Amino acid sequence: MKHWQLNKEDSGIVVAVLDRAGESTNALSTEVTDEFAQILDQLELYPPKGLIVRSAKAAGFIAGADIGEFSQLDTPEKGRALVARGWDLFNRLAAVKYPTLALVRGHCLGGGLELALACRYILAVDEPGTKMALPEVMLGIFPGWGGMLRLPQRVGPAAALDMMLTGRTVDAKKAKKMGLVDDCVPPRVMEMAARQLLLSNQPRRPLPFMQKLLAGPLKSVVANGARKQVARKARPEHYPAPYAIIDLWQQHGGNALAAPEVVDRIISSPTAKNLLRVFRLQERLKGFGKDGDFATKHVHVIGAGVMGGDIAAWCALRGLTVTLQDQSLERIAPAIQRANTLFKKKLREPLKARAAFDRLIPDPTGSGVAHADVVIEAIFENVEAKHALFRSLEPRMKPGAILASNTSSLRLEDLRTALARPERLVGIHFFNPVAMMPLVEVVEAEGADPAAVRAACAFVKQIDKLPLPVKSTPGFLVNAVLAPYMLAAMRAVDEGVAPETVDEAMLAFGMPMGPIELVDTVGLDIAMAAGRQLADGAEAPRCLLQRVEKGQLGKKSGQGFYAWQQGRPQKGATAAVPAGLAEKLVQPLVDRTQRLVAEGIVADADLADAGVIFGTGFAPFTGGPLNRLNSSR
Amino acid sequence: MSKTIYVVDGARSPFLKAQKGPGVFAASDLATQAGRALLLRQPFAPSDLDEVILGCAAPSPDETNIGRMVALRLGCGKKVPGWTVMRNCASGMQAIDSAIANIQCGRSELVLAGGVDALSRAPLLYSDAMVRWFAGMMSMRTVNQKIGHFLKLPFGELLKPVIGLMKGLTDPVVGLLMGQTAENLAWKFGIDRKQMDEFAVRSHQRAMAGRQAGHLEEIVPLVDGDGKVYAEDDGVRADADLAGMAKPKPFFDKKYGNITAANSSQITDGAAWVLLASEEAVQQWGLQPIGKIVDSQWSGLEPEQMGLGPVHASTPLLQRHGLTLADVDYWELNEAFAAQVLGCQAAWNDEAYCREQLDLPGAFGKIDEDRLNVDGGAVAIGHPVGASGARIVLHLLHVLRRNQAKRGVATICIGGGLGGAMLVEACQ
Repeated sequence: MKHWQLNKEDSGIVVAVLDRAGESTNALSTEVTDEFAQILDQLELYPPKGLIVRSAKAAGFIAGADIGEFSQLDTPEKGRALVARGWDLFNRLAAVKYPTLALVRGHCLGGGLELALACRYILAVDEPGTKMALPEVMLGIFPGWGGMLRLPQRVGPAAALDMMLTGRTVDAKKAKKMGLVDDCVPPRVMEMAARQLLLSNQPRRPLPFMQKLLAGPLKSVVANGARKQVARKARPEHYPAPYAIIDLWQQHGGNALAAPEVVDRIISSPTAKNLLRVFRLQERLKGFGKDGDFATKHVHVIGAGVMGGDIAAWCALRGLTVTLQDQSLERIAPAIQRANTLFKKKLREPLKARAAFDRLIPDPTGSGVAHADVVIEAIFENVEAKHALFRSLEPRMKPGAILASNTSSLRLEDLRTALARPERLVGIHFFNPVAMMPLVEVVEAEGADPAAVRAACAFVKQIDKLPLPVKSTPGFLVNAVLAPYMLAAMRAVDEGVAPETVDEAMLAFGMPMGPIELVDTVGLDIAMAAGRQLADGAEAPRCLLQRVEKGQLGKKSGQGFYAWQQGRPQKGATAAVPAGLAEKLVQPLVDRTQRLVAEGIVADADLADAGVIFGTGFAPFTGGPLNRLNSSR
Repeated sequence: MSKTIYVVDGARSPFLKAQKGPGVFAASDLATQAGRALLLRQPFAPSDLDEVILGCAAPSPDETNIGRMVALRLGCGKKVPGWTVMRNCASGMQAIDSAIANIQCGRSELVLAGGVDALSRAPLLYSDAMVRWFAGMMSMRTVNQKIGHFLKLPFGELLKPVIGLMKGLTDPVVGLLMGQTAENLAWKFGIDRKQMDEFAVRSHQRAMAGRQAGHLEEIVPLVDGDGKVYAEDDGVRADADLAGMAKPKPFFDKKYGNITAANSSQITDGAAWVLLASEEAVQQWGLQPIGKIVDSQWSGLEPEQMGLGPVHASTPLLQRHGLTLADVDYWELNEAFAAQVLGCQAAWNDEAYCREQLDLPGAFGKIDEDRLNVDGGAVAIGHPVGASGARIVLHLLHVLRRNQAKRGVATICIGGGLGGAMLVEACQ
């Protein structure tokens, strides 16, 4: 066999080790599942005392199905065959007479988890890398290889639907707690534990009474509840898969083959195709950080405001030593508090949160500059101030260190004139809120040192953000395409459309937030300044001018287009959305994206789509503004 | 000593007075925040240290070998050894002395040494009766046995925890509270309440003046997880005066004594570090030392008189270098109690004491008060036991440099009947 290894132990236990040839991670390609079927054939003839399934890859157990095979599903027959391949195989695995166990160390996703679920026992290794999920919904499809059948049986319908409908990952401890795995052990005892558990004859933990009720007589209540939950996040016309998952669980016990029309509809839907595209774009962005061997240990951030402080906190969360500089400790302290909240929320374990807190060092005197591999400037947007700062930084920096600006409105070409080596300055442009936004624009000014740009991408990748290389131009990609879109939305308000209606039009289009609410969130003064720079000299909308004059600056002042209470806009009722409004509002964004591609600001249309999706939240099911344009043609 | 021992730099946390209940920072938090700022301004990386030595008299139960723990938290990396020393009130000075010893014998070139304590976090302990009850519960097997045992719970004991801090501040051999040993000195040398109170007021005034003059650049402000900044020693009182000082009742010898909480050092949380280097390390990293540690001395005396430890340690140290009290430009003599500092002055000035206890031909003299604890002492800023010995060495070097002076002695009394002293020289 090419991908599997079978080891028979003296005890009579057989260990099937997956080591997919030529790849660093395991995926369930046709070859891999075919070989696994052969293994089952073989073991049927000579039943072992027990079977352990595990991975030989350092990265993890199994990352899921082979995504490459998804794009070849051009006929309904092929789609159904794909579902049947895993569904039948794992049913066979679940039915064998000898005990079976999946030893899960590292990622165990999608089809990988479905394989594990078909085993009698699942043993999770308690390490940070151990993550289990059924993320199919994020690709616009469903866990059709038994996930919808077996996950609810193991953890109860409520937790199972939550995992399947959100794609949420659970770690080893959580998996143990919710009953997804039978035990969770440190790596030092995993070999012993796997064999003991395999031969234990231990029955599965029964579902709590309430969960049994929910899986039985109250099934329709659960399903309807789940539908309501999903409806709050995703509209069925945009994202059919979560609704299909609920239907398949409720009506067909998770057997997708019982509803071939659903399989055809979902697999052939543009959403599935586009979400797969988005996934690939994400992988492509990650790839930008893989060039070269630049590794960051220490980051120095200057400016402890919202952006600088949150960038520093994120870097410390991701394991880097961070020094955070501002004019006084009092200015840095609020950022330390926000960071502390982030660490507690994301790391949960107190010792890990404390370690992150220790790594984030307030540095009012800027001693960290001399030690830093990356220096990020995030002070207020003033050319002279930045010049003075760069002049003081450059002689103190390590020779190979990156010097970056987080500026969103100033030209790098103007900022770098203060440097002895101007070619070293790059833009590393984060979005607010830093912890939520996956995209970071890496800005290359004319004549910049390509090594510095590559290193900046590697740094962005290292902190688990998606680097998008862009050329230096006002607004780069993301802000540049948002500006005309927000302008169009405000023009509509000028023309008498209610802000609520404008926002509803774009929510129905698939945006995560309406454009008027977005203006309120970024601040009307900021929108005004950005408009001056990015709107090609167009006049500011009246509705914006009037509010700015009255000091109504949006969320931060408590009143903008909406009144804000406890961080939420108080929206009135929505009128019927005029036909064509969404198209009218989105058109300037599409036009600007095309123009930026034509001007070479971003390398190609795919990357532009990636940037607009990950930077603005632009409806992912469309595959991006330019993809949407092409497919509607 | 054969090799020159350089002090390259140092830093300390503000000293935070114990308020109600445990302070916001654990001992290791204090040492980490002060230490990381100190290391950040060095030209070398934390991993270039040869070792980290931390003195601590009362680490909390989850801070076992706090020296290693803090070394790791400072980012020194797994390879830098870290260890903990304990010599009660001189633990921080002991850490420095241990570093000196290792540099002298060539084991280390570059050492971070200091002291820490978070006295506000001293634990409450169960009495032996309660511990026996818990142990009994563990051995009960059946539910009935357990219920029966539960009914035997000694409720009175449950509400009478042993105060760990009081245990720590009680001599384990003679059973006296530290304050009672200081009452002994007051009795012996006829030091009255007014003298103590005057001394205490002056300590506050000097500490406040030192702060206002910017003489406490050794302090690294702390930030807690709620974004609150702690920039100064918070026990120092701008309004300290004799009238106020006269109000508190005697604490240790109740009713009839002289020593109050106000004329004693405060119960405080804090950390202090110095960075020690050999000549080779100074050259290798291009360091600019602030001073040298010329010699050190430890001495013992009756535990009942432990407050005179500085007299017993400093005298032989000075004699060894042919110096008198007057030859020392500045002194830091840790203020465990006002009465105890005054007692040291009285002892040196007492012919009989010097002859009988110190083998001197006559009275040794008196330290010029204008050269003793010029920026106040532990009565005003507090005495986080393990940290004080390192703080006075560091602060003394700053005092010497500020006054373009050369020679100083930092000395400290130690519960259990010990004294420690270090002779230092400033590098200008």
